[in-house]
Amino acid sequence: MMLEGQNKILEMRKRIALNKLRDHIFWMIGLLATLVGFVLLFTLMVDLLIDGLPRLGWQFVTSYPSRFPEKAGILSAWVGTTLVMILTAATAVPLGIAAGIYLEEYNKKNWLTHLIEINMNNLAGIPSIIYGLLALGLFVYFLKLGESILTGGLTLGLLILPMVVISTRESIRAIPNSIREASYALGATKLQTIRDHILPYSSGGILTGMIIGLSRAIGETAPIITVGALSFIAFLPTSPVTSTFPFFSIKWLFDPFTVMPIQMFNWVSRPQAAFQINAAAAGIILLFMTLLMNGFAIYLRYKFRKRIKW
Amino acid sequence: MVFIKPEELKAEVRNLNFFYNHLQALKNVNLPIAEKKITALIGPSGCGKTTYLRCFNRMHDLYPNNRYEGEIILHPDGLNIVSPSVDPIEVRMRISMVFQKPNPFPKTIFENVAYGLRVRGENRRSVLVEKVEKALKQAALWDEVQTRIDDMAFNLSGGQQQRLCIARALATAPEILLFDEPTSALDPTATSKIEELIMALKKEVTIIIVTHNMQQAARVSDFTAFMYLGEIIEFDKTDKVFTHPSQTLTEEYITGRFG
Repeated sequence: MMLEGQNKILEMRKRIALNKLRDHIFWMIGLLATLVGFVLLFTLMVDLLIDGLPRLGWQFVTSYPSRFPEKAGILSAWVGTTLVMILTAATAVPLGIAAGIYLEEYNKKNWLTHLIEINMNNLAGIPSIIYGLLALGLFVYFLKLGESILTGGLTLGLLILPMVVISTRESIRAIPNSIREASYALGATKLQTIRDHILPYSSGGILTGMIIGLSRAIGETAPIITVGALSFIAFLPTSPVTSTFPFFSIKWLFDPFTVMPIQMFNWVSRPQAAFQINAAAAGIILLFMTLLMNGFAIYLRYKFRKRIKW
Repeated sequence: MVFIKPEELKAEVRNLNFFYNHLQALKNVNLPIAEKKITALIGPSGCGKTTYLRCFNRMHDLYPNNRYEGEIILHPDGLNIVSPSVDPIEVRMRISMVFQKPNPFPKTIFENVAYGLRVRGENRRSVLVEKVEKALKQAALWDEVQTRIDDMAFNLSGGQQQRLCIARALATAPEILLFDEPTSALDPTATSKIEELIMALKKEVTIIIVTHNMQQAARVSDFTAFMYLGEIIEFDKTDKVFTHPSQTLTEEYITGRFG
């Protein structure tokens, strides 16, 4: 009897040891998978920094492109990227949030809205070059907006719109229904409920969607080339601020432009090694711009989110 | 059956039917609601008591394919609050609700209580401060929160959160206060505090309470309605229902033989 009990305990211990071994193996696989991603990214960053860092300087960010690699700079490219991103955010974010709210809070469920939903999810997966072709037909030829900053911004806005819509919907869906009922039970209208509860409580998730969308847009090349961005621009767009009444101008919207990825692509495709170094240096700046943008969005999200937990 | 004098009535339910799409959840319900008294609705799960309660502030209008038939007459003006021509928002402004699980907004304690007033367009700080304090005192929460009125409501305990929800519902001085199993998510200490509060509140407001807990109904209410399968089986003074029920079904339920 005694012996049998001890055998049982020994068997159990063997089983525990085996289970723990499996636990460890799984842990190591997980660590390895994480390291692959991290090491690759780290190598890429270090490589970029070694190549490009010596080239960085005031001259580089304040010069136009040039035939001579040591005189060339990224002034028109980073200004172009900044302006295009402002337009992208200004179109995609309000449209995306409004559409997301409509689909979650107003929409009645029927076959038409199911169709819209399926389409919306597919749109997020369409190759960006297709958006470029659409934009070329719609904005450049049909609406005659030209190969302009406006066209670039609208194109990228269209590209990231589905992402903003989807993340808005997801974060709205995460709000417990009991919160909505509490608001309606106090006599609030739909608009009051959305303005005072739904939007503030989902702002963290909406901002995350915005970050993902804008991070993708800032690196896009294909659709921007398709709508006719130039790769060699030796002037800046018209200043939005003017010295005469009404002290602002929208002419810059219709100016030709280039963006950072196009400038980089242009340099990489040249034979001279010095241009390759320029491309690496521009890459560092692009990374920095992305980080700056994300950092701002993450700060906003932190500010909104730290007050809310479900 | 008990007779309540017409001048003591706050509301009258007449031949009320309610449908979730094609499913009839309430069948020809009639019930008088006495003013500044507590009316309890008891019955087994799924008998329609919550459905019934939610008719009183038109919560069912938030979801599609719900339909009311019949009348709930609100006195003194005789408004039929389930009529399609009556705006559910007006009904909700006159009849407040406290839910089963505490559902404070992720805002400060002050903003939670003030929200109903803000919805009504009241934004003057001095008025808000005064009414929030009054509501928190009515809900017996003022002493516990007065020093941290700008803390987040989620930092309160479950029982405090529920009293906060009661304060939020009281701040707008409703004519009727609905409670939907307000203590089912709370521990016994918090429960007894809420029960005391409900009994104290009937001096100021008419109360309808749905409860799973028969002892609770017996302790707090003046009138009790026993519901079963969407119908009112028995309605009477609470002590009568619990000591001499006239229907066998009621007796079986309160003695624990089913439900």
